[in-house]
Amino acid sequence: MPGVRHCVYVVVMTHQTGPGGGPTDHAPAAPPDTVTPATRPASPPDPAAALSLRGLWKRFGQKIAVQALDLDVPVGSFYGLVGPNGAGKTTTLSMATGLLRPDGGTVHVRGTDLWAHPDQAKATLGILPDGVRLFDRLTGLQLVTYAGLLRGMDRDTVAERARSLLAAMDLAADAHTYVVDYSAGMTKKIALASAMIHAPRTLVLDEPFEAVDPVSAANIRDILADYVTGGGTVIVSSHVMDLVQRMCDHVAIVGAGQVLAAGTVDEVRGEQTLEDRFVDLVGGRTRAEGLEWLRTS
Amino acid sequence: MVAHFLRLKLTLLGNTLRRSVWQTIGLCIALLYALFVVGSLVVAAIAGGAADPLLTGHVITLVGTITVLCWWIVPVFVFGVDQTLDPQRFTTFAIPHRSLIAGLAVAGLISVPGLATALAAGGSALAWWREPWLIPVALLGSALGVVACVVGSRAVTTALAPLLESRRYREVVAVTAIIPLVLIGPAIGWATEEIGALSRETNGGSVTVTGDGALLTAVLARFGELAAWTPFGAPWSLPVAVHDGAWGVAAVRLVIAVGTIALLWLVWTRSLAKALVNPPVGGGKGARSKGLGWFDRFPATPVGAVAARCTTYWIRDPRYAAGIGVIFLMPLILWLPARSSGNLELLLLAGPVVAWVLAFSVSNDVGYDYTAFALHVATGTSGRADRWGRALPVLVFGGVVIVLVVLLTLALSGRWDLTAPLLGVCLGTLGLTLGVSSVVSAALVYPVPKPGESPLKSPQGAAMATMLAQLLAMLVVMLLALPLIVLGIWALASGNPLVGWATLVVGVVEGVALLVVGVRMGARTFDRRAPELLQQVQAFP
Repeated sequence: MPGVRHCVYVVVMTHQTGPGGGPTDHAPAAPPDTVTPATRPASPPDPAAALSLRGLWKRFGQKIAVQALDLDVPVGSFYGLVGPNGAGKTTTLSMATGLLRPDGGTVHVRGTDLWAHPDQAKATLGILPDGVRLFDRLTGLQLVTYAGLLRGMDRDTVAERARSLLAAMDLAADAHTYVVDYSAGMTKKIALASAMIHAPRTLVLDEPFEAVDPVSAANIRDILADYVTGGGTVIVSSHVMDLVQRMCDHVAIVGAGQVLAAGTVDEVRGEQTLEDRFVDLVGGRTRAEGLEWLRTS
Repeated sequence: MVAHFLRLKLTLLGNTLRRSVWQTIGLCIALLYALFVVGSLVVAAIAGGAADPLLTGHVITLVGTITVLCWWIVPVFVFGVDQTLDPQRFTTFAIPHRSLIAGLAVAGLISVPGLATALAAGGSALAWWREPWLIPVALLGSALGVVACVVGSRAVTTALAPLLESRRYREVVAVTAIIPLVLIGPAIGWATEEIGALSRETNGGSVTVTGDGALLTAVLARFGELAAWTPFGAPWSLPVAVHDGAWGVAAVRLVIAVGTIALLWLVWTRSLAKALVNPPVGGGKGARSKGLGWFDRFPATPVGAVAARCTTYWIRDPRYAAGIGVIFLMPLILWLPARSSGNLELLLLAGPVVAWVLAFSVSNDVGYDYTAFALHVATGTSGRADRWGRALPVLVFGGVVIVLVVLLTLALSGRWDLTAPLLGVCLGTLGLTLGVSSVVSAALVYPVPKPGESPLKSPQGAAMATMLAQLLAMLVVMLLALPLIVLGIWALASGNPLVGWATLVVGVVEGVALLVVGVRMGARTFDRRAPELLQQVQAFP
């Protein structure tokens, strides 16, 4: 879809030619030397947003994982982040939560500059990173307790919340089993519980439904929906378009380290399904030609 | 099909080398080292063949026996040695059974130990250069021996695979494997001592062991003859039997060697067939524990939480538990040479060494956490909490252990007059090493076995960087400990109680001061670099 590709390019151009060098309250974003000209934040970070990313850059060796990424996540939204494999979702979320230092750009959590005041910003964030291990020689209950105590909570509150979280995640029976013996889905759930113990105002969940069985996934969705109703903000990354379309009210499509489209789900998908819109934007669909020999009849 | 496996193995090797310079360097060093060992073995065989072919034949039989045993036993302990050609990965390819096994067997030779064994086995045949007609026989024996090595190692690991899959068993094996390794040194010392005693008996008071070659020859010949009848030694002893003209004996040994290989082949085929249709699954219901454990016993603060977690890991993680095992064996290791030399003061070394090992073992604690460390970064754990939390369990439990070791060694050596200086040296070493560890583990991480892997397995390519980092840190510890060591030696030499008390005071003060300084510095580095540490850990191979 060359037309769409062109459209994306225009979006980038607007960033470059937009109101030059918006005011910043921090060291100017210094993107690494690349073929793309230096981009400056098109607009100042939104202090009211739960999460406001401006001009994020990250490169690993030769590969640019994230380039000039801007994103605003409104408070109280259920925000879906979708994109093909290698689009930079995990890198973006890692930089947005203080796990990975960006090469350039800023992250603001409700107006607090995360990389300038990490402790203050991280206190309001609950994070479920993807592709990291847990302290799996602890039991499920110990792990959740550990996360709570690390956040500086008192023992009684931790104990009470850990019990109710394990019950909500349907892990009460396995509370005293070592996490190393958990299944993949159970591991996701215990990690999610660890991310929620301190009642964060914003939850950032990288692939929370991977390997989780349908019943548990439905339970988790209910928990998250309740949390959003109660004023919390949730950001999830996922491959499953159907899930995002049903569950989220906002969505951003990420491709090649940039935001290709962002807004409410209805804005982004227009008349199409989210999946069709996604495929249009990202491209890469191939017709199965030359596989005639695969037909068995 | 065999060619396919060979090419696959070489491609895999090439690709790992392309990915990392350190791995290439590591492989080159390993190859050079192996070539050196093989070269010296072959030269020794040729020289031995010139002097006394028969004795050389016995020695070759003995060395061959040990080699075969190593090939069979080591992979059981050091699991995950070479999983590049794990048969499980070929399940979906519908490869005929025979081809799969032949391919795996030949590919098993493509490794540094495999090549070294094959070369050394071939070279050992040159020991018979005085009687060239024996060389083909020796080569046949060597070939059978190498086949027994490879097929046996595969048969044993495949047959035991269902057991090795279970985590509990792996942990137990991993920890127990440390014990014989640690005891090798003392065992050799004991063996030479016994042989020395034997020689003194036979020679009527002569003290030199090397002098009486006759005895040594007799011992070697006896053991060689014995090993020749075992499945491990039979192939290597073929030329000896033929040399003696004992054709019947040679035939029987040939039958033993070939029979062993056939039996192993059968075991391998059977267990592989079973393994391929029973892929490994997580072993049922996992272990359980009651309550919150150490989290209930430490204060409910971030420092207390980290300390509770580390204490749990010291007990539950075999990588740490193995370290504890070494600590308890330390006095035993020193006991044997101390007893045989009659110098019981040697035992007093145990305390400082244990203190140093314990405190230095947390110098790469973040590397041990692996990516689980993300939790500390995500929760914004302060450097102060992280550093103190990791140091405190070592300080508290290590302190108790060290005092116990000191009392034990003092009681055994009877040098109660050295109580004060020894305690000073031990506590000082513990404190200052912990301080250095706190700085080092926040500044640099290097790859170590990941959680759940064998503590004996050190990641390829990490070796050089690891050694360099550890060496540097050790040097710093040595420098800082220098005043303490000097004082301690002075106290030992002079026997002056005043110097002894001074050592105690200096040790405690220096230990506390350097611990506090180290933790502070480490905390500052940690606060600055926590995300970078996480990124480094995530980049581990």
